[in-house]
Amino acid sequence: MIKFLVQRTLGMIVTMFFVSIMVFIIMELPPGDYAERWAFRKFSGTGAQITQADLDNIRANFGLDRPAPERYFKWISNIVLHGDFGEAFAFQTSVNNVIGQKIWLTLAILFSTLIVTYIISIPVGMYAAVRRNSLEDYALTVFSYLGFALPNFLLALILLYISITYFDTSVGGLFSPDYADAPWSMDKALDLLSHLVVPAIILAWSATAFQLQTVRATMLDELNTLSVTAARARGVPEWKLLLKYPARLAINPVVSTIGFDANRIFSELPIVALVLGLPELGQLLLKSYLDLDMFVAGAILLILTFMIVFMNFLSDIFLAILDPRVKLIEG
Amino acid sequence: MTTTDLSHTPLSQEESEEAQRYFSASQFQLIWWRFRKRRLAQTGALILLVLAFVGLFAEFFNPYGGTTRISDAILVSPQIPRFCNDAGCTLRPFVPGVVSKRNEETLRMETVMDPSVRRDIYFFVKGEPYKLLGFIEMDTHLFGLKEGAINLFGTDSMGRDLFSRLLLATRTSLSIGIVGVIIAFVLALIIGGIAGYFGGWTDYAIQRLTEIVRVVPVIPLYMGLAAAFPKEWSSTQVYFAMTLILALVGWPTLARRIRGKLLSLRGEDYVIAARLSGAGSSRIIGRHLLPAFMSYIIVDLVISFPYMLLSETALSFIGLGLRPPTVSWGVLLQDAQTVRAIEQAPWLFIPALFVVVAVLSFTVLGDGLRDAADPYQVSD
Repeated sequence: MIKFLVQRTLGMIVTMFFVSIMVFIIMELPPGDYAERWAFRKFSGTGAQITQADLDNIRANFGLDRPAPERYFKWISNIVLHGDFGEAFAFQTSVNNVIGQKIWLTLAILFSTLIVTYIISIPVGMYAAVRRNSLEDYALTVFSYLGFALPNFLLALILLYISITYFDTSVGGLFSPDYADAPWSMDKALDLLSHLVVPAIILAWSATAFQLQTVRATMLDELNTLSVTAARARGVPEWKLLLKYPARLAINPVVSTIGFDANRIFSELPIVALVLGLPELGQLLLKSYLDLDMFVAGAILLILTFMIVFMNFLSDIFLAILDPRVKLIEG
Repeated sequence: MTTTDLSHTPLSQEESEEAQRYFSASQFQLIWWRFRKRRLAQTGALILLVLAFVGLFAEFFNPYGGTTRISDAILVSPQIPRFCNDAGCTLRPFVPGVVSKRNEETLRMETVMDPSVRRDIYFFVKGEPYKLLGFIEMDTHLFGLKEGAINLFGTDSMGRDLFSRLLLATRTSLSIGIVGVIIAFVLALIIGGIAGYFGGWTDYAIQRLTEIVRVVPVIPLYMGLAAAFPKEWSSTQVYFAMTLILALVGWPTLARRIRGKLLSLRGEDYVIAARLSGAGSSRIIGRHLLPAFMSYIIVDLVISFPYMLLSETALSFIGLGLRPPTVSWGVLLQDAQTVRAIEQAPWLFIPALFVVVAVLSFTVLGDGLRDAADPYQVSD
């Protein structure tokens, strides 16, 4: 087990190293450099003339005249050693300040979405497998198709439209206006929780559709195994044997794809957040891309990916605990 | 194997002919026969063909051009063709006329239907000149009015006909998907092919690389690449850059599948035989391995298509993908980005319907093709 843990941790570090290189390349991609954008932000409208010498000065100040590998090394070592993600020039403060609280909101959204996904998909998927080819089963297949074909952001728009036209309420945002700037308290937390439900359901939409099919398929495979037949022959009650053999195994593929689900959720987050007006990392990412505020964008991309890699890591460990067969293969 | 079994079984003349036909059929014939039994997949294919056809000849089916602004027709709601009004019924369909009126409450100019005015629809009318397929100069449109304007799906806030724009968008969205899939496929074939064929160290390195690309959330990654487009790029440049981005992020999944299939085929007897006869790597890949899983590749292509479509729509929706004056489904949906906009003009949401229908069609078609191409499913 220790060997397994060490192996996985090393794998995680190596992956993050390559991801950070990729993120750095993306940060470097936009035309023009940080100094030009910084100068533009700072002096536009002031009437000040910016000369090439000024630009060179700014470049030297930020260390932009250094070669790319050196800048990468400085950027990544600041993050790893000091937890410092650099400067957010559009906000004129540090990236850490801008991102700070949003990380927790993003995690809250991620976990509530995952919970909604599994609470719906696991029991319903099992039910569909047991009642194979029934009307309910077909209805769920149709739902699964729709879960893929109707993107979450369109679903969000439809729900918003319905809620405004027919119920005269808005479901956008993460806080009621009273609590938006209030300090953290029990009431504020409850307010957040109630506002999380709708985004979580919308974000869980496609992940649920996908997991439903996975659970259903695994459950179908497991229902045909000899252990189930043997238990049935022994006279074990149907519900008991379902829980005891196939249901336990049908959860394994779900556990092994937690990271994949997190990836899917983060992928959809920026656009859903834009529609629903959620103040979290995805929305900030979109904004910083549009502003070309690449230090913020790079930091967010890195954090989101790290969360996914970490979820992958966790799911590997859970799986090793849940399914003894895994350990045999991994050594 | 199966044919030798058959020779021992006595068969009636008719049956054996059927069986002969079955056993001598090529792989694609077999797939085609199985595919013909799948109604849902065929419906999907039909819808896609219609969409592609209409998109290809969009200018002919359009009453107006994509950027033509119809004066006095800001946010007109959809005009539904009908045959009857208070004055009676006719064989010629018509739409109610549109008049501008000031709203007493909001004091905004609004356009409303005037059912007493009847505007006949004519077919094959002369209208705006255009170039069909980019080189045939024409000015005949499938339908149109002699006076006034027809807006089957209403107009947007600039008075442009949504129906016309939607057909043009269909062409853009489908074509960007096709080009994206093809580029992704070529990349996947080269990279996945190398990994699957050579195995060992090369395989390991390529596997790690695809894993790293796959672990980063897709849309945020697309967004990062799309944000890097210079603002001064022309819409054509952005279009091609978009196809490249879609392909760049889409290849790892395809490459994995190709690799997996190649790895399992590599150990087959006929491949070893070819190698023993002195065939080179490229010949073995091209002549022996590729044909063996061509059908899988086609299915994979169809399945990966909707991802491209959805990604393009999502990116253009948030303003990081295609830019006006190019119209795609995502660009059209930009107008319906806020609830307020949809409340004011619900018909601006019609493009979403096209997205959903196209993706659904691709999905059922892909599923049908996958089942049809599965050689182990001989029963039906």
